[in-house]
Amino acid sequence: MSNVPETVRYTETHEWVRKDGNSYVVGLTDHAQHEMGEIVMAELPEVGSEATRGDAMGGLEAVKTAEDFYAPMDGEVISVNEELEANPSLINDDPYKGGWLFAIKASNESQFDDLLTAEEYLTHIGE
Amino acid sequence: MDKRTPLYEIHSALGATIQPFAGYLMPIKYDTIQKEHMAVRNSVGAFDLTHMGEFRVTGPDSTAFLDNLLTNDADVSNGKAYYSTMCYPDGGIVDDLIVYRIGTEEYLMVVNAANLDKDWAWVQSHLTGFSVKVKNESDDTALVAIQGPKAQAVCSKLTSENLEEIGYYEHTTGKFAGVDALIARTGYTGEDGFEIYMKNQDAVAVWEAVMKAGEEFGIVPVGLGARDTLRLEVGYPLYGNDIDHSTTPVEAKLGWVVKLKSEKQFIGREVLEQQKSEKPGRNLVGMMVTGKGFPRHGTPVFSGDRKVGIVTSGSIAPALGEAVCLGYIEQGFQKMGNELEAEIRGKRIPLKIVKLPFYTNGSRR
Repeated sequence: MSNVPETVRYTETHEWVRKDGNSYVVGLTDHAQHEMGEIVMAELPEVGSEATRGDAMGGLEAVKTAEDFYAPMDGEVISVNEELEANPSLINDDPYKGGWLFAIKASNESQFDDLLTAEEYLTHIGE
Repeated sequence: MDKRTPLYEIHSALGATIQPFAGYLMPIKYDTIQKEHMAVRNSVGAFDLTHMGEFRVTGPDSTAFLDNLLTNDADVSNGKAYYSTMCYPDGGIVDDLIVYRIGTEEYLMVVNAANLDKDWAWVQSHLTGFSVKVKNESDDTALVAIQGPKAQAVCSKLTSENLEEIGYYEHTTGKFAGVDALIARTGYTGEDGFEIYMKNQDAVAVWEAVMKAGEEFGIVPVGLGARDTLRLEVGYPLYGNDIDHSTTPVEAKLGWVVKLKSEKQFIGREVLEQQKSEKPGRNLVGMMVTGKGFPRHGTPVFSGDRKVGIVTSGSIAPALGEAVCLGYIEQGFQKMGNELEAEIRGKRIPLKIVKLPFYTNGSRR
């Protein structure tokens, strides 16, 4: 069973989003990292770039597959997880903490309420 | 309905990630692909390859039949094996395979699982005029591969056959772990190793004996994920990725298994002969990724604004810690050290043509 904590919200494209003051931290869910397998490279967005809900923000490369990840809300990228440069497997080992991808300053905070709850995400992934 | 190999329950109990592949439910990985890969490079790993297809050819015209079908010379000594391609009249590849010569009038062809039905139909359609029988033993035959520098140490505990006398691409029949088996020093990893063919009902006994004998060497079960990264790291082509009907063995740098110097006539000879003398317009080459990115099957390759090729396989090479790929590149752009660019999601990623294999420290004999 995948780890789906209730402290964060989710997208249908398998990002999780954690509200942290007035910024929002985004990562890949445990379910998605497990599906992808060993992640060997993370291509992250640039700090300062614009995020539009649903836009591809970067890509992850696993041994056998590659997947893009998407902006869960509109806003501006204010930081990215530079640890992933040297250690992309953090996304596998610690998806909800050390493996976070990027953080945005949201321009429309009400979009957070549109995201899936843990319960809805569990239904979405069929667990 | 996907078939299960006789070892399915064992893979399942080990917690393997199991996916359908070529009509079978196969283990993709048990742990991580990279750990399994490194176990084979550094010590030893065991693979369930029961999905592979086996056709047994018998009869007085066995050699002549295979000589017509295969690009390589069929007539090797008993106890030897060879790698070959099998081509269409247009030079495109039906499949690549290993052929074991069992006796004067007997051979075993081992073909790719994904091509089994197509190969069987192809073989069937070329029987006319030859006094041979071909039997499809795929559903009754299991295959366990033991690969890595410690493979002989493991296998010698399980047979009284003198493995030291079995050279690379040689084989014998005898008892292995107490059952009748074909014991071959062949593989697809770049390491020393054995492939053990047996009846389905004996597979569990063999697997368990192998795992027990390998315990002292840290043997691990290895899935198809690492099988792919292992073969890529030593530059072996994979049918469906790097070779298929649209490519020829000459383009794929498999000219060494196309016997144009011999007199023998074989399907595709005319086209391959012409292609070899004129030089093909493109060749399969190895490329190291010098930038940040992972070219995959289908990624286009550029020299400046000009598209000069396409990637056919790409992944991380775990033993090198670098991304590598194979691809077809136009004549004139394939010199060693030549710098090209892959285009991934609109971004250019630098590549460099390198000599194959990428990984050169394999224990293969």
